[in-house]
Amino acid sequence: MANTDNSNKYSILLPTYNEIDNLPIIIWLIVKYMGESGSNYEIIIIDDGSPDGTLEAAKQLQKIYGEDKIVLRPREKKLGLGTAYMHGIKHASGNFILLMDADLSHHPKFISQFIEKQKSEDFDVVSGTRYVGSGGVNGWDFKRKLISRGANFLTQLLLRPGASDLTGSFRLYKKDVLQKLIESCVSKGYVFQMEMIIRARQLDYTIGEVPITFVDRVYGESKLGGTEIFHFVKALLYLFATT
Amino acid sequence: MTKLLEWLSAFIALFSVWYLLISKKVARHFVSENETLIFYSPIIAVLLFGIYAATVVLYRVFTFNDCEEAAKELRKEIEEAREDLRTKGFVFKNSDR
Repeated sequence: MANTDNSNKYSILLPTYNEIDNLPIIIWLIVKYMGESGSNYEIIIIDDGSPDGTLEAAKQLQKIYGEDKIVLRPREKKLGLGTAYMHGIKHASGNFILLMDADLSHHPKFISQFIEKQKSEDFDVVSGTRYVGSGGVNGWDFKRKLISRGANFLTQLLLRPGASDLTGSFRLYKKDVLQKLIESCVSKGYVFQMEMIIRARQLDYTIGEVPITFVDRVYGESKLGGTEIFHFVKALLYLFATT
Repeated sequence: MTKLLEWLSAFIALFSVWYLLISKKVARHFVSENETLIFYSPIIAVLLFGIYAATVVLYRVFTFNDCEEAAKELRKEIEEAREDLRTKGFVFKNSDR
């Protein structure tokens, strides 16, 4: 295949809320690894009015790395992930959109693998997966692993989604595909990622997978409580009955 | 067809076969010889599936990669990043961390 590096541009969307410790590190890592890969990219930071000064940190980073690499699209207050992505897409100049978390659980070194995978078969979506091959998770105890594997088994059984990691949010999308997926999703928050991949299957988009290592939050706390599990089960049953 | 309808169809099909057998409308001779087994077969199937599910899930829990290397690499890179960003003039708010 011809070298298409110059015609493709990757817009990396980073929704943030109180990520002042993580943001400079994740930006530094993205710049490092995207620089090595030679792909054309931009980082769009969508900060939802973090009280900890994340936006000020982002402004400093913009000064260091330039306004063509770091684009700031803050919002007044927390408005949810789906709308944050829509907001980011509106200002994205790339033809591909990469979604990742800013909390350092997703390592930017995998982005070039996502790009290679996408090119290999012109996939519409490339999803990172913790459950296959060299993929995995650091910092989870037995209980957390059991819940994760159990939930994944149940989801695979009921929905047969054609992707092994449904709740992960480290993914590369063609821009128009992502737009259509977000428009067709009804759920909010954590289960939003699961619905996105189910809708992708429903709309006959092709999905490629790349094993990723997931290092659970170095700074700050990760959440998995009764509320998350309840929302997950609700979303699972909803998708089971409607898709 | 939604996944729910797929499951319902499969369930109704299997239930019908089972019901026809225990009502002895078909294969009367075969049923009489294996009556208990056929009567309890749905429960046996569910139990077997439960064992299969538990085995698979537990196997996957114990073989879940812990990615110690990835965590170590990340910690090293965080230090590198902080140092490099400082030389570029970035001011960390929580500089004690």
